[in-house]
Amino acid sequence: MTDILSMSEIRKCFAQIPVLKRVNFTLRRGEIHALMGGNGAGKSTLMKILTGVYQRDGGTIRIDGQTAHYHDTLSAERAGVAMIFQEFSLVPTLTVAQNIFLGREPKYPGTPFINNTEMVRRSRALLRDLGVDIDPEQQVSGLSVGLMQIVEIAKALSKKARILVMDEPTSSLSETETGALFALVRRLRAQGLSVVYISHRMAEILTLCDRVTVMRDGETVMTADCSALSVQTIIGAMLGEGNSASFVWHDRGPAPQAEPILEVRSLRLAKRIDDVSFDIRPGEIVGLAGLMGSGRTEIAETIFGRRAALSGEIIFDGAPVRGQADAISRGIAMVPEDRRKMGLVLDHSVGDNIVLPNLARFTGLLFMRDQQARATVDRTIRDLSIKTDGPDKLARLLSGGNQQKIVIGKWLARDPRLLILDEPTIGVDIGAKSEIVETVRAMADRGTAVLVISSELEELMAISDRILVLHGGRIADQMNRRDVANEEELHHAIQGHSRPALRTIDA
Amino acid sequence: MQSKAIAARRSAPSMRDIQWQNYVVYIFFAAVLVFFSVTIGDKGFLSVMNLFNIARTTAMITVIAVAMTFVISAGELDLSVGSTAALAALTCALVMQAGYPWPAAVIAALLAGMAVGSLNGFFVTVIGIPSFLVTLGMMQFIRGVDMRVTYTNPVSISNQTFNALFGSGNIGGVPSLLIWSVAIAILGHVVLKYTAFGRAVLATGGNRLAAEYSGIKTRRIKFAVFLMSGAAAALAGMLYSGMMQTARFNFGEGAELMAIAAVILGGTSLFGGKGTILGTFAGSLLIGTINNGLIIMGLDVSEQMMVAGGIIILAVAFGKKPAT
Repeated sequence: MTDILSMSEIRKCFAQIPVLKRVNFTLRRGEIHALMGGNGAGKSTLMKILTGVYQRDGGTIRIDGQTAHYHDTLSAERAGVAMIFQEFSLVPTLTVAQNIFLGREPKYPGTPFINNTEMVRRSRALLRDLGVDIDPEQQVSGLSVGLMQIVEIAKALSKKARILVMDEPTSSLSETETGALFALVRRLRAQGLSVVYISHRMAEILTLCDRVTVMRDGETVMTADCSALSVQTIIGAMLGEGNSASFVWHDRGPAPQAEPILEVRSLRLAKRIDDVSFDIRPGEIVGLAGLMGSGRTEIAETIFGRRAALSGEIIFDGAPVRGQADAISRGIAMVPEDRRKMGLVLDHSVGDNIVLPNLARFTGLLFMRDQQARATVDRTIRDLSIKTDGPDKLARLLSGGNQQKIVIGKWLARDPRLLILDEPTIGVDIGAKSEIVETVRAMADRGTAVLVISSELEELMAISDRILVLHGGRIADQMNRRDVANEEELHHAIQGHSRPALRTIDA
Repeated sequence: MQSKAIAARRSAPSMRDIQWQNYVVYIFFAAVLVFFSVTIGDKGFLSVMNLFNIARTTAMITVIAVAMTFVISAGELDLSVGSTAALAALTCALVMQAGYPWPAAVIAALLAGMAVGSLNGFFVTVIGIPSFLVTLGMMQFIRGVDMRVTYTNPVSISNQTFNALFGSGNIGGVPSLLIWSVAIAILGHVVLKYTAFGRAVLATGGNRLAAEYSGIKTRRIKFAVFLMSGAAAALAGMLYSGMMQTARFNFGEGAELMAIAAVILGGTSLFGGKGTILGTFAGSLLIGTINNGLIIMGLDVSEQMMVAGGIIILAVAFGKKPAT
């Protein structure tokens, strides 16, 4: 197999700080190559250099053996490199075909007028080649996220891309959509396309990719065939010191004997949830497993008082929960699934975000007690080791992991008695991930009851004392963590034993 | 995602830029003052009389703009303030004309303003119509009401206590209008910056969903800012009428746009989440000073409008963060 791309000795500094220190990266023709690393490891920067977004300070890029001299995204595209971004670059109000050919619309010869028929015809052919049934004349806003991603790919291919860079493509996809995307990427590989695949999800990498390159602190520390690797090896390479202990489950001893603090009784919600009952005791970490869209978030939001149940009861500390204000004042805290949309005021400082749920607590007769608030903010930053220049830094400027720590830290000051975490480590690098797991364990040790929702079985397996499996609108299964041998077993339970484990999420 | 970490690292040395953007209104204000002092200082621009005059003519805009800062910080907009000011002025004048004492008239005017604010708040928070549309309609509707109540006839105000307190008088040699605008600005500054309500307003405008997940009752917050805006417009209306010793249906025409310009010039984000009353105060004074200076320079109205408009665009352009 020949290398279609070789990047050698790539260097890049931002404000005198070296971000890439002589990085080497090669991509073979027709391979799917995973690029992994914690936040700040340099993988996005490397890819932005490849796609012409950033200029390199040194080093060479060779595509098909030819030295590539490009200085912007357009010339990178001409060289055959295309990138699918996390935030899609489609215009929602235009049709699929208009998006695919945006800025490159076929014209009637000799006129400035767009040949719409031709554009639609070519789009249809492209989409058919991709094996998807999307109407090119449909407006993009009506598509699911998964289909939008496929339109993005079609757009890239219409530009004759030979190297496709995908940045966390599955972060907002359902499991079915993920499966379809993987099938598509594999088909494209068979046709000779080369893919650089950035993801934080170990299981995906091992399922889909041929090789892995791990970056750490601006250097490549490992490149190896996937077949020879285990999750632990990759985590070890990403973390460096070979210290990934906190992401390994350890028995926190027998379940606490106290009375349950939360009792959910025969809960029925408008969509999907028919009859759900479970308890959580103080100091216990309970994982809620289930397919995406199975209603896990809806259950969490009902406990938090943001949704009303059709029937059933939520009893917290002996009394029903009446609305969100009641829930918060009695010590229920929720870390919602989308930290950027629901967790943080991104353009406010780290400190202001931490103070937000505690405004009343830090208010005297009339005015805010800023010093007191500041002390709490400082303590939270220290306790959670949030990496920030200071409490006045804007939340937007922090990495995903540190942002998530802020969302958890907001509630820490209130000493919640029940902490609900909805997908707490999505898009969080492995270092921050293990720190978050540590924090949650420490809170549980102090008596906080914890409910964790996660699509990453690896994470549920690492953190939970007990795992509830949501299936078909009910708690279909309930297992003590120490009785679960491996993720395979849990995976079967989630699928409702109805089909064999997909290789898409187990590791 | 790394790129954000990098941006974070990079931002440290560029602190200077950030400060420059936050203070652009003060810099412009200083520049405009210097410019007029040099060019028309000898024509009376610098006289105490004229400086007080600037303060007097900007007082209503300042009062409206202080409340507008809360509205915009909460992620909304209130276009109805100008016609609400006229409504309050007419209410006040009519109540006094009917023989009631002036404090009753003041209360009636404030209630009228708050009634309009409540209606705006209701349509925005309960019905869920964007505030731009609600208050655009309300602006028209209330102006119509203003014209209708007296069939566009002015209502004169003969109560000299009222006139002295709300516009024409001086207290200890300082125009009462200046005192009002400074008092309202200080009140607004303290509330926005040092109370839980102020923080809740900024959080609501910054990210409504995140504020809700943090337990902030964002509907109440939005309702409250419209109520404040209505009350402030009513006060501004009384200041107009106190200054003119009469109430007219066309008071406050265009005041909403001047106030919004002052707020944005001051550094408040048009998209919510970031607001500063001190900046608003400076923004209002800046607009007033430009208008005053241009008049003294002898420009006619058409020229004044062109220059003032140009300066506003320029100032906002300088205050904008460079595109990234």
